[in-house]
Amino acid sequence: MFAADTSRALELTSGWFLENAWLAGLLPVIGFALIIGLGKRMPMKGAEIGLASMAATLVVTVGAAIQWMQRVNSAEGPGEEATGLVQAFGRSLPRAAEGGEAEPFIAPVVKTWVWWQNSGLEFGIGSSIDGLAALLLALVAFITLLVQIFSLDYIRNDRRYTHFFASITLFSGGMLIMLMAENMVQLILGWEIMGLTSFMLIGHWWEEEANSRAALKAFFTVRVGDVGLLVGTAIIFFGANQWAVDNLDSNGFNISAIQAWALSGEADTQFLLWGAVALFIAAIGKSGQFPLHTWLPDAMAGPTPVSSLLHSSTMVVAGVFLVARIYPVFWEGFNIGTGGLSFIAIIGAITIVIAALLAFVQDDIKKVLAYSTVSQLGYMMLGLGTGAWLPAVFHIFTHAFFKCALFLCAGSISHSGSHHSFDMKKDMGGLRKKMPVTFAAWIVSTLALTGVFPFAGFWSKDEIIDNVGNNGYTFLMWVALGGAALTAMYMTRATYLTFFGEPRGAAAGEHHQHDTDVEAEEHELEEATVGAPEPRSLGAAAATHGGGGSAGGDHDDHGDHGDHGDHGPHESGPLLLVPIVILAFLAVVAGFANPTPLASRFGEGVELIKTYVEPRAEAVVVDDFLASGPGDSLILVDVPAAAPAAEAEGDGAAKTGCGFTSPEAGTVCFFPAVSHAEPKFAKILLSLGIVAAGYAVAIAFCVAYYGRRDKRLVGLTERNKALRGGFLFLKNKYYLDALYENVIVRAVAHPIAKAAYWINQHVLDATVDGVGVGARRTGQWVYDNIDQKVVDGAVNGSGFAASEAGHAMQSTQSGKVSQYGALLFGAAAVAAIVLVIVNVS
Amino acid sequence: MLAVNFLLLAAVLFSIGVYGVIARRNAVMVLMSIELILNSVNLNLIAFSLMHGVADGQVFALYVIAIAAAEVGVGLAMVLMIYRNRRSIALDELSEMKG
Amino acid sequence: MSAVILAAEGVNVAQNVAFGIIAAFMIFAALSVVSSKNVVHAALWLVIVLAGVAAQYILAAAEFVAVSQVLVYIGAVMVLFLFGIMLTRAQIGKEFGLNNSAWPLGIPVAVVLFGLLAWVILDAYEDDVLPDPGGPTPTEALSDQFLSIYLVPFLALSFVLLAAAIGAIVLARKD
Repeated sequence: MFAADTSRALELTSGWFLENAWLAGLLPVIGFALIIGLGKRMPMKGAEIGLASMAATLVVTVGAAIQWMQRVNSAEGPGEEATGLVQAFGRSLPRAAEGGEAEPFIAPVVKTWVWWQNSGLEFGIGSSIDGLAALLLALVAFITLLVQIFSLDYIRNDRRYTHFFASITLFSGGMLIMLMAENMVQLILGWEIMGLTSFMLIGHWWEEEANSRAALKAFFTVRVGDVGLLVGTAIIFFGANQWAVDNLDSNGFNISAIQAWALSGEADTQFLLWGAVALFIAAIGKSGQFPLHTWLPDAMAGPTPVSSLLHSSTMVVAGVFLVARIYPVFWEGFNIGTGGLSFIAIIGAITIVIAALLAFVQDDIKKVLAYSTVSQLGYMMLGLGTGAWLPAVFHIFTHAFFKCALFLCAGSISHSGSHHSFDMKKDMGGLRKKMPVTFAAWIVSTLALTGVFPFAGFWSKDEIIDNVGNNGYTFLMWVALGGAALTAMYMTRATYLTFFGEPRGAAAGEHHQHDTDVEAEEHELEEATVGAPEPRSLGAAAATHGGGGSAGGDHDDHGDHGDHGDHGPHESGPLLLVPIVILAFLAVVAGFANPTPLASRFGEGVELIKTYVEPRAEAVVVDDFLASGPGDSLILVDVPAAAPAAEAEGDGAAKTGCGFTSPEAGTVCFFPAVSHAEPKFAKILLSLGIVAAGYAVAIAFCVAYYGRRDKRLVGLTERNKALRGGFLFLKNKYYLDALYENVIVRAVAHPIAKAAYWINQHVLDATVDGVGVGARRTGQWVYDNIDQKVVDGAVNGSGFAASEAGHAMQSTQSGKVSQYGALLFGAAAVAAIVLVIVNVS
Repeated sequence: MLAVNFLLLAAVLFSIGVYGVIARRNAVMVLMSIELILNSVNLNLIAFSLMHGVADGQVFALYVIAIAAAEVGVGLAMVLMIYRNRRSIALDELSEMKG
Repeated sequence: MSAVILAAEGVNVAQNVAFGIIAAFMIFAALSVVSSKNVVHAALWLVIVLAGVAAQYILAAAEFVAVSQVLVYIGAVMVLFLFGIMLTRAQIGKEFGLNNSAWPLGIPVAVVLFGLLAWVILDAYEDDVLPDPGGPTPTEALSDQFLSIYLVPFLALSFVLLAAAIGAIVLARKD
């Protein structure tokens, strides 16, 4: 069972950052506590603690990522110490397909402490760093730091500035904890922290009921999914635990053990299937897939930094991360490897389309971006569901940059351009001249989002589409291509409405009647506190403000608005722009981290993500059972010649290896051998062409409809019933919200509530009342019978007996001397007789 | 002569005296019965003195006589007092100490 | 009991006979004391008893005590009793109701006592013969005892008599 002579124990390098990556989870939590405790007293109101903790976390995570890359490089051969991107970029690694040595599985670096043990199970908390974790840890820390810098200016003078930073910091702590989790319990911990902070942050301005409702909706919708998380974890635990104990000296919560169990071939398919279904339901909830996507657009009620951090780049990818992390379970449970249509892929595809369609009818720019996020998450799920693991993870990476940049641009626009309004139709337009930097970043990010060469989205999204087609899902590939076209179209619409055309509303310098936008309300409150002459209501805003800039007295109170010197749109300050520019820059270059189409020319070394992040699908022997408990990294023994994973290049190659066949006795697999499509020029052209066509159509439409107000198009939906029906259907979000709230919730919750109330009144209260009445009656009976009759009877009886005895004895005390004499002599006689008898006998 | 003679005689007298104390109603009669008892005791003492050939018993008997005399004196004084107070010396009427 | 009366060896018959006659008188007189219906008769019967006791003392060679008995008991105590009877206006002649209500109780008590005493005495001293005194007890022997061993009780006795005398006077005073 153990290693034969031909194998060698893998000696992989580790490093301080890898060993202590748990600091990345701990530092933000400490930062959170410090901000809560000390934030209000600090000069920057706690923001400095948040920034400092995120910066330190970034150092730890980047260091861990670098050391991980060194670790991977150290497995290639003795003496090769490749560090940094440059050397890895230039070197071409021998791969199995090219006849080189089969690459060994790189064991994650684990460092945990046991925090609870129960009936033989040990629960650890700490870090387990492999490629996926290293990549996402650094990503989350980086994005959080940028968003915090953005927030310094954006959230200035907010009524709960300190708590905002505390929540943001705690969120990143929660996500990092989840990312580095070594077992499902810690993953659930991080997941729940994220849900909590999401709730806190969406409802940051909870004084408006719409915001608190949105926060509750987000929380509860994700909660529906979380049921799946717990159920799935339990199912997987019961399936995997025995196998893990027997083979790996681990338990059914350990993620590595779960991966190995799923691929071992000894796993019960029912456990795998239902565990996968349940866990995917959790991913649906968290990542906003159909049908639990309804919370994400409403979550835009939170401040823009929250939307850019949580609901675009980091938190919503937690579901995708979950699937990617425990991929073997889904691979086996849904039979992804055999080309069948998997549940994940279907949901992903549906999500892509419906979210893209909904983005067309949104007036709120953040909602457009929100639906865009949902759609892109659909792409990631589609990729995972069809076996395209690497492109999906790469898409997480690139999507984070350009989506976050887009949201921050939206924030910049509202902060400096449209006077805190997000309504594109009413308060934006023509902003490209006034806000050039924002405009440039927006354009770059949009191009990245739609997948235009050479921006980031092209490399990742097209890889997904390519692999989907390559793995045999032709229909889904056309769906994804259609989605790419739709993406181009709605983003064009949004861009046109925002940056082109004539300035409207606030973008024109007017202070419109603000609609229910919350930041408008925020603005009203700020004005009121600064000492505006009379109290304002929303409706009165138009009356008092009417006409741009005329009432000079009112507008002089905007001292604290700093940049509002002339009340027109203008570019934002540096604190807002620097993160945007950084992210836009990354949106340009991030794609080159894994430019698969270039691999054929430059060698596979250019595919950094593939090299360092994708786990190797090699069967390995786990050495030294005792070392593979919580707290220690697995020590693997390389099995070079035993079962080389056949990387199926191209279509139709014979599939063997991890994920397709059971590993040999004594070895375990941790990752299935996913196939990688070789990009073909023709396919690339096809996708680029479709995107270009989408752009063309959209630009033409926007210019015609919004620009020239072409008579054929204006009012089309009012004239044409079919189009109007479709428009209303989209506007009402497919009536899903109505279905959920009015039908499902009411049908389920109200009867349950009524039943619960009935039980409470008639069962619980009746029980309590009954107990009370019974107790009183018992007490009464006891009093009447026992206390009065028995106890008192005894007491009285004893008294009676004593008095009667006394009365009886009274006759001896007659006072008569003769009687006393008789008694005396009689008693003396008796005593004497007794004495005589005693002494004589 | 046998020792038991005296002793039995004394016992008889004693018993009669006890009966008299118990049965008699008149206080003076009771005192007289007490005298009987005392004399029986004296007889015993004399008999024992004779038995052992020492004079101690006779000394004791003299003591008893003297004490008896004192006791009768005081007792009769008390009887007189009672008679003065209550015009009757029937002992069964003197039951204030009943309880 | 026949040994009491019958002449046995070492038994002085004359003494026995004398003892028996006197004892019979005494017992009869004692019974009369406690059962007489006339208080004065009862007192007089008591005189007989006391005299009989004195005679027994003489038989027991305790002459001094006998004489003291006569002098003190019969001479003083009985006179005292008669004075007491007189002063308490006892009915002269027969009176009824001299026995109190508890008199039936007295008989068993007395009988039990007598039985007990008789049994004890017979058990202890049966067939013990009194020694022949060999003449009267000299008064010197008594006085030797009184004034040496029993000196303290003797003096105490005098105090008792004094106290009794004073007490009787105090108690019986009219005022």
